[in-house]
Amino acid sequence: MPDESPTPEITVTLQVNGAQSQVTCDVRTTLLDLLRERLRLTGAKKGCNRGECGACTVHLDGRRVNACLVLAASADGREVTTVEGLATDGELHPVQRAFIEADAFQCGFCTPGQIMSAVCCIREGHTGSNEEIREWMSGNICRCSAYPQIAAAVEAAAAATASDAAPVSASDEAPAGASGRTPASTDGRPPAPTPATVTASATGKRR
Amino acid sequence: MRPFTYVRAETLPGALDSARTDNTMFLAGGTELLNWARIGIETPSRLVDIGRLPELHEITPTEDGGLRIGALARLNDVAQDARVETAYPVFSQAILKAASAQLRNLATIGGNPVQRVRCPYFRSNGPVACNKRVPGSGCAALHGANSERFAIFGWTEDCVAVQPSDPAVALACLDAEIITEHGDGGRRIPATEFHTLPDVDPAAHNVLRPGELITGIELGAPAPRSAYVKVRERQSYEYALVSAAAAVEVTDGVISRARVALGSVALRPWRLYDAEAALVGLTPGSPEVRDAVTSGFSAARPLSSNAYKIPLARNTALRALELALEA
Repeated sequence: MPDESPTPEITVTLQVNGAQSQVTCDVRTTLLDLLRERLRLTGAKKGCNRGECGACTVHLDGRRVNACLVLAASADGREVTTVEGLATDGELHPVQRAFIEADAFQCGFCTPGQIMSAVCCIREGHTGSNEEIREWMSGNICRCSAYPQIAAAVEAAAAATASDAAPVSASDEAPAGASGRTPASTDGRPPAPTPATVTASATGKRR
Repeated sequence: MRPFTYVRAETLPGALDSARTDNTMFLAGGTELLNWARIGIETPSRLVDIGRLPELHEITPTEDGGLRIGALARLNDVAQDARVETAYPVFSQAILKAASAQLRNLATIGGNPVQRVRCPYFRSNGPVACNKRVPGSGCAALHGANSERFAIFGWTEDCVAVQPSDPAVALACLDAEIITEHGDGGRRIPATEFHTLPDVDPAAHNVLRPGELITGIELGAPAPRSAYVKVRERQSYEYALVSAAAAVEVTDGVISRARVALGSVALRPWRLYDAEAALVGLTPGSPEVRDAVTSGFSAARPLSSNAYKIPLARNTALRALELALEA
């Protein structure tokens, strides 16, 4: 329907992945569209665009939110982290590594949202059991249904994070975490993926 | 989404003043409003963003031993507040069974009861008969698809949808009050009377007036023996088929007070007042408890394909009661 009234614009300043960004946009722009269309950060995916699938999950001031339900204007002045901002100095985030090691995706479309959600799920401490992980990750739908692998990846990453935080028990914690994600460790072998396969999976699936 | 202007409120009086302009809506968490604007359920010409009003985020004790929760407190923060978890487990549980972790980080406790029905006709992109979308157009849901999810209490041929909020069911069970402000003065609305039934006005959702803003929710005396049970088609992140909130007090081995509210059975959380009265004086675990709960369903009326909800709701209420008694 044609509308005669001019479309109001607004200038929004955000701290995105550590860098300040200033964008003038239509006042109706969501945080998701601003990230994808204006800042070219296409990691956050536009799945349902109504807060049902979780593919657009990003961190807003450190908390996971559905970027499709945040008006960019109301995020003015806030800090946003997207999946592009997780890796540091070319090193994948432990949760990203865990997803690759656990093969926690098929088509990969939901993966950035899953990973952003998982980082917070671990930080919030909701990883006490597989059941708890599944409950607190339920806002991220995976139509390939890689849920067992996703939950295993979160469990493994949580264990790795816990062992990082408590170096004294690191030698005990690491094998326990590994046994949760791969049957290979039951016969004492370490998890299988080599750095080469990790890189291949990452580039092949995160397009 | 139709164009609108956006203003950010710096003060509560400023927000109320801004809302005097016609076709203005308050924006808080945004989890409902953005979808309404996309679908065309609402076409506001002006949004007043109240998200940063500092005084509405706090959770503070009241003088009579209750708790006042600022309207802008996020669902996750309310549910995981130690005082809420301890004194009002039914409320904490209801919140955590609502939506997803991400949505609960955005959605506010004041905005939650304002959410509207999930009826697919109401949420339709195209034009369909819906008295809540176009007053007087009828109710396509009455004989339409998915009627197994609709109301068993309080419906009329003008609207058979149900209010989907989980927290609102706990609030009704706890006799909480919804505190509002308006440019012309505020009021306290009992949570049991906040949502409008279709025999009063099928087009209405709740009793809020234009420009009226929920500023807080007040919980009365603690209800540590309370519990929430939600039955749904998948384990998590789904609206309820039915839910039940129960709060009990036991004196000298018998139930001295019981409050039970059902969710997703009507256009408002449905208190089982008859059952509550019948429960007083009964011994927890006795067979009479079931009869007492059943007595709360005399007014239940199924639609063509949701008669299953009556026994389901009865059993859900019983389970919530049992959990409350064990708490």
